[in-house]
Amino acid sequence: MKIVVCIKQVPDTTEVKLDPVTGTLIREGVPSIMNPDDKGGLELALELKDKYNAEVTVITMGPMQAEAVLREAFAMGADKAILLTDRKFAGADTLATSNALAGAIRTLEYDLVITGRQAIDGDTAQVGPQIAEHLDLPQVSYLQNLKYDGKKTFTIKKATEDGYQVVEVDSPCLVTVLATANEARYMTVRGIVEAFDKPVEVMGADKIDVDESKLGLKGSPTKVKKAFTKGVKSAGQVYEVDTEEAVGIIISKLKEKFII
Amino acid sequence: MDFSLKIEEELFLQMIREFAEKEVKPLAAEIDELEKFPTELVNKMGKIGLMGIPVPVKYGGQGGTNQMYSMAVEELSRSCGTTGVVVSAHTSLCVAPILENGTEEQKMKYLPKLASGEWVGAFGLTEPGAGTDAALQQTVAVDAGDKWILNGTKIFITNAGFAHVYIVIAMTDKSQGTRGISAFIVERGTPGFSIGKEEKKLGIRGSSTCELIFENCEIPKENLLGKVGRGFGLAMKTLDGGRIGIAAQALGIAQGAMDETVKYTKERKQFGKAIAKFQNTQFQLADMETKVQASRLLVRHAAYKKDQGMPYSVDAAMAKLFAAETSMEVTTKAIQFHGGYGYTREYPVERMFRDAKITEIYEGTSEVQRMVISGNLLK
Repeated sequence: MKIVVCIKQVPDTTEVKLDPVTGTLIREGVPSIMNPDDKGGLELALELKDKYNAEVTVITMGPMQAEAVLREAFAMGADKAILLTDRKFAGADTLATSNALAGAIRTLEYDLVITGRQAIDGDTAQVGPQIAEHLDLPQVSYLQNLKYDGKKTFTIKKATEDGYQVVEVDSPCLVTVLATANEARYMTVRGIVEAFDKPVEVMGADKIDVDESKLGLKGSPTKVKKAFTKGVKSAGQVYEVDTEEAVGIIISKLKEKFII
Repeated sequence: MDFSLKIEEELFLQMIREFAEKEVKPLAAEIDELEKFPTELVNKMGKIGLMGIPVPVKYGGQGGTNQMYSMAVEELSRSCGTTGVVVSAHTSLCVAPILENGTEEQKMKYLPKLASGEWVGAFGLTEPGAGTDAALQQTVAVDAGDKWILNGTKIFITNAGFAHVYIVIAMTDKSQGTRGISAFIVERGTPGFSIGKEEKKLGIRGSSTCELIFENCEIPKENLLGKVGRGFGLAMKTLDGGRIGIAAQALGIAQGAMDETVKYTKERKQFGKAIAKFQNTQFQLADMETKVQASRLLVRHAAYKKDQGMPYSVDAAMAKLFAAETSMEVTTKAIQFHGGYGYTREYPVERMFRDAKITEIYEGTSEVQRMVISGNLLK
């Protein structure tokens, strides 16, 4: 089995500050890490490697320094790594990103494509599903647990808003994984020592068969209208009452504030 | 002069910090309170390679550096002094002498299981009458043709109750003085070898410190480590390496106390403001931090020299001396900053203070380090 895992380098914080003037993320001084959902995806792939001897290729799109997450993936046990980097990819929104990643994945052999559910710096959860669409693959998102029959079929437990679903899907397919699906393994010391001797394949726009108009800023229809830091809300009041009384309280509060 | 870490050391630090924070720190208080040897942690550490960092891959190790090893001991000790010394005694005092002095057969037999953490290692030099004056060995090994017969008692042996392999120093020819001392590899379960009483200690309470008792203990001829009569030199060289480990342990404990103290002084309010706002706090913290960082540079420099194959005995002595005394000073001040709370087990600085003391004593007291340093100056 051949598995491709998409990983992203993200700033290590859930409290990223925004530049109030430009509305963009302030990244200086924030250490970079492997996106937690992607790490869950890589762990899933490595578990399949342990059990079924799968070959695991990790791929990331980003600037040259994004190589660090690929080295980390090597140290955890990944076999091959691809860094998708080119000035032509710069300024990409989710659509342009998924176009580039899908273009790179098309050059590879795969039975399973794994992405994290979403990245903690964007929280869109769009790139994985878009890659599946570009590659015309069946997709299962929000994966919590996966079982493989050893031949072709995956039985997947996926999280939904009010519970979970169990679905079956045949390879090739794409899954998006939650960080809570598993507990990612630590890098090993030997993995770390050897991670820097392994080659990282660097791929530019010329190596993938995607129209340049679909890449980078040019290929990004998303326009950011405004970005702002959420203001602090005052603490609410909790009433533990039955439904009828609760409705009464809500109506009187709305009237009090002249909303109704 | 390049003080920056290598890229693989940066990645290693990221891994070991995450491991220590998630796996070690939550257990530290319990390990201390219950005097519990951290067997589960040893298994976890073995799995990711922390029990055989500087061992070549061909002997089942990780192919890492002594620098990585000292960083590992530092970061583990930052959370738990016991866990730090378990790794240090295992690696520096058992794995290293086999790696540096063993025959190919001995290395193939012992190193893979030690490096994977399946076996834990220990080292027996100290005796009731042979502490700092280590040459006064009473344990004897007699050549009985196809075997050696050991008799005697070792005390204060770290990891003793849970180890599988012991490096034991014994007198083979009393008339030769230190040149009549030899080293042996003894396995747990060898007839005539037993573990004696376990010490109740002030600190590093989870590490198992016991006596080793040899009563007509017969060990195979091939378990001689190094050459006959070279055991004293082997032991001293082993301790040189061990001092980097203990210096790293002392440094880690000091850093742990710094972390706690910086956090606490920002939170604790007296006279209407955080105690961190008082200049007395600020100046003392500055002095503490400077000494901790100076210790780190000494430790890293000693480890660097060992990795480069340069003589490092004096550097290791300086690192251990300075880091151990810094550790004692910083943990003492950490308690003072915490006031009455710091004297209780509600805060970890009380444990760190108790753990720090031993670093001034074992693997050569601070006085021995001063002898090594001045001896080199005045030779």
